[in-house]
Amino acid sequence: MTHDRPLSPNIQIYRPQLTSVLSVTHRLTGVALSFGSLLIVAWLIAGAAGPTAYHELLGFMRSWIGLFLLFVWTFSIFFHLCNGLRHLFWDAGLGFDLRTIYASGWSVIAASGILTVSLWMVGLLLTAGKS
Amino acid sequence: MSSGSRIRRGKTWRASADAKRVKRFDVYRYDPDTGANPRIDTYEVDLDGCGPMVLDALTKIKNEIDSTLTFRRSCREGVCGSCAMNIDGTNWLACTRSISETMTPVTVYPLNNLRVIKDLVPDLTHLYAQYASIEPWLQTTTPAPERERLQAPEDRDQLDGYYECILCFCCTSGCPSHWWNGDRFLGPAVLLQAWRWLADSRDEAKGKRLDDLEDSFRLYRCHTILNCTRTCPKGLNPGKAIAEIKKTIIQREA
Repeated sequence: MTHDRPLSPNIQIYRPQLTSVLSVTHRLTGVALSFGSLLIVAWLIAGAAGPTAYHELLGFMRSWIGLFLLFVWTFSIFFHLCNGLRHLFWDAGLGFDLRTIYASGWSVIAASGILTVSLWMVGLLLTAGKS
Repeated sequence: MSSGSRIRRGKTWRASADAKRVKRFDVYRYDPDTGANPRIDTYEVDLDGCGPMVLDALTKIKNEIDSTLTFRRSCREGVCGSCAMNIDGTNWLACTRSISETMTPVTVYPLNNLRVIKDLVPDLTHLYAQYASIEPWLQTTTPAPERERLQAPEDRDQLDGYYECILCFCCTSGCPSHWWNGDRFLGPAVLLQAWRWLADSRDEAKGKRLDDLEDSFRLYRCHTILNCTRTCPKGLNPGKAIAEIKKTIIQREA
């Protein structure tokens, strides 16, 4: 009988909130970063394989899709870093007041956004005219 | 989600034509006698002649519109925890959520991720069993004194923010970790209670309590999402209580 009963809905109806949204973003950026680490491997292999392979890799990274992936990965690393610091404070038992949870959450969003955009502005300035 | 849990559109109960302040309530319904899939019934409630809280509206619906609507309620003042339910997507007590704070239409579901007995009444058996598993009573090894076991006021203060829990399970049923691993993860309400006994200066079973909790599922499925602290209708902080347990386990190993 018990298992004929319906399960009350969970994620379909629970309102997304800063708490849950940042948590799932932390998980997703972590997954993105583990794929991104493959890029570092590809970069090292291409460098070791010689100039042709290296330029092919650079060509891919400068294509639209390459730049898009790099942008996602830079945001991912900054978000994961900033929210990771937030988790370290929590692990020390600090910052659990609901207002602090929200303040630190919005700060993580702002900081990772600013860091991502700043890094890209510096990167684009340094490489301007070189590609 | 199994096909038997899929929600359909139900009936609409219109307000009478002369009603002036009409508010729409979309309410989850499940009737175990027919065994048909759950549905969302819509009730148009005339707020003139209705009390200020969501529970008042549910009572008005049951009294005046549809007597088959089933929900738990008792104290109607946020003390008993019976009328915990999902209102506008987050969990709260229907008796302490003002209708004026709700959206239009307001959606009312039972607490999340539980087997539904009828309408807004979920089966809490598993959650109570999880509560029993932490042995929520004072445990001592020293012989009982002639009178009660005394506690200094400062030690008593350590229980503030934890003893007030009314076990409404708003937090546990709003916790994504408990949705996915609720068979083994104890969830925020029960872990807050576990901390309430660990924090009690009179309790002498701390080592055993920590041994029981130190488990990758029972305690460590908590990933500090903090929906629990966000939703607690008593303003308590299960997230902090769980962090205190984790800290205590680390400190005793150091």
